Amino acid sequence: MFALLTRRLIAALVTLAAAAAIIFMVLEVLPGDAAAVMLGVEARPETLAALRAELGLDRPAPERFVRWLAGLATGDLGLSYTYRVPVEQLIGERLAVTVPLALIAAALAVSIALPAGVFAASRHDRPADVTIMAASQIGLALPNFWFALLLVLLFSIGLGWLPSGGFPGWQAGLGAGVLALVLPAVSLALPQAAILARITRSAVLDQAQEDYARTARAKGLSREATLWRHVLRNALIPVVTILGLQFSFLLAGAIIIENVFYLPGLGRLVFQAIAQRDLIVVKDVVMLLAALVVALNFAVDVAYLVIDPRLRVRGS
Amino acid sequence: MRLGAGLVALIVGAAALASLWTPYDPTMIDVLHRLETPSRAHWLGTDQFGRDVLSMILVGARLSLVVGCVAVGIGMGLGVALGLVAASRRGMVDEAVMRLSDFAFAFPAVLSAILITAVWGPGAVNAIVAIGIFNVPVFARLTRGAALSLMAREFVRAARALGAGEGVVMLRHVLPNMAGLLAVQASVQFALAILAEAGLAYLGLGTQPPHPSWGRMLFEAQSFLHQAPLGAVFPGAAIALAVLGFNLLGDGLRDRLDPRRRQSP
Repeated sequence: MFALLTRRLIAALVTLAAAAAIIFMVLEVLPGDAAAVMLGVEARPETLAALRAELGLDRPAPERFVRWLAGLATGDLGLSYTYRVPVEQLIGERLAVTVPLALIAAALAVSIALPAGVFAASRHDRPADVTIMAASQIGLALPNFWFALLLVLLFSIGLGWLPSGGFPGWQAGLGAGVLALVLPAVSLALPQAAILARITRSAVLDQAQEDYARTARAKGLSREATLWRHVLRNALIPVVTILGLQFSFLLAGAIIIENVFYLPGLGRLVFQAIAQRDLIVVKDVVMLLAALVVALNFAVDVAYLVIDPRLRVRGS
Repeated sequence: MRLGAGLVALIVGAAALASLWTPYDPTMIDVLHRLETPSRAHWLGTDQFGRDVLSMILVGARLSLVVGCVAVGIGMGLGVALGLVAASRRGMVDEAVMRLSDFAFAFPAVLSAILITAVWGPGAVNAIVAIGIFNVPVFARLTRGAALSLMAREFVRAARALGAGEGVVMLRHVLPNMAGLLAVQASVQFALAILAEAGLAYLGLGTQPPHPSWGRMLFEAQSFLHQAPLGAVFPGAAIALAVLGFNLLGDGLRDRLDPRRRQSP
């Protein structure tokens, strides 16, 4: 098991290094002069020279890359060109919005999708199954930012129950903060729940036909007990895989949803950084998002080992 | 399958119609008739500049189809080639292609578009390229898996025994046998490309004004949700119907091409 985990960890680190190299190439090497990209064509030569010196652009690219990696490792991400504060401070503030948003959305998606998928599988080809699958097909087709606008129309403008945007900050109280994240989290959760419900249903249907499920039933175990105690545990493997893969889509969705609701999260930060051509912030935030995805995929690998004991034996 | 094909036909029909005729010029500003509700003159109402929403949606359908075709074309062209090379060469090449696709999976279309637009600026072409790049690993993985399984079959071994070279085996025997699988994936990726373009246009990273796009229309309608809520309903419904159509078409094709699914009750 340790060998397996080590192999996965090395693969994750290699992916992370490749991500860093590509992000650096695209944002610092390909544009030619990153300072010119940031300041625009009308920038004065002395301003350009000052920014080049500040960014260390007069140094060779490999040296800058190594310095950036060292900065990432030590948490020193440099100074944002537009905000004039350390990037790590900016990211820290924004993570306090994005992380709870993503976690609430993921929790919502799982708590809707798992029971819906298992229920649909247990009513295979009956009206309940057809209805749940039709609903999930619609959930997949709705753009989450449109669904967000529909939620705002209903719950904010129509009923006046929930805020239509903005974030009061956690200092305003847990209730106010969570309330501001309800509509964004529901919008983000919708497509995830639709995909997970379909995967859960199909995994449960596959596992329910296995010999061990038939044996459990033959031994007198009830249909529900077989489903929840034996079938679901085995069906969780593809569900966890998809959950891990979907995390990158959850982050991508968060970028759009944070802009719909004007939430001061990482997505809005990177979007504003692009508008202000603050490549320092763009580079660090995109790297952080890629690192989050890689870390989560590694966590999914660890979760496999917990869920499926056979992998532990094979791994060792 | 029928519903999916019907919806796809509707979108293709709308796009074709937009190339020949629209009720109004979709870029024509008419401030005297701004934010109007649906009427006989403007079936889906007008936006904040008095532009006809129906005309904009028809032209938006054309854009969505172009985005889908080009983005899926890029993804399929490069992805299938990489997948076939990985499957036939194996070893280091295979490992390199698969790790590259692992990495690309960590970058959803929105993130790669953000990277691209941060340097080269926003625009429809950059958005399409970003979405296309995101499609490459999807097709590469699918092609590699299908090619490896086909290469173990007798007809491929027979072709090799008859002296066919690696390229001929791949292009004449392996590739045609995965055409159905690729068609199914293309349909699903087409739907995702439409969704991704709409998202990028909503963020202002895709198609730029005055060219109408469904995502951009939603973004503009958001500022007038109180006065004209329907303005945010129609473009979103168009995106949802197009995506639903291609998803259902993909599901239907999969069921048709998979004998196990065809036989199941």
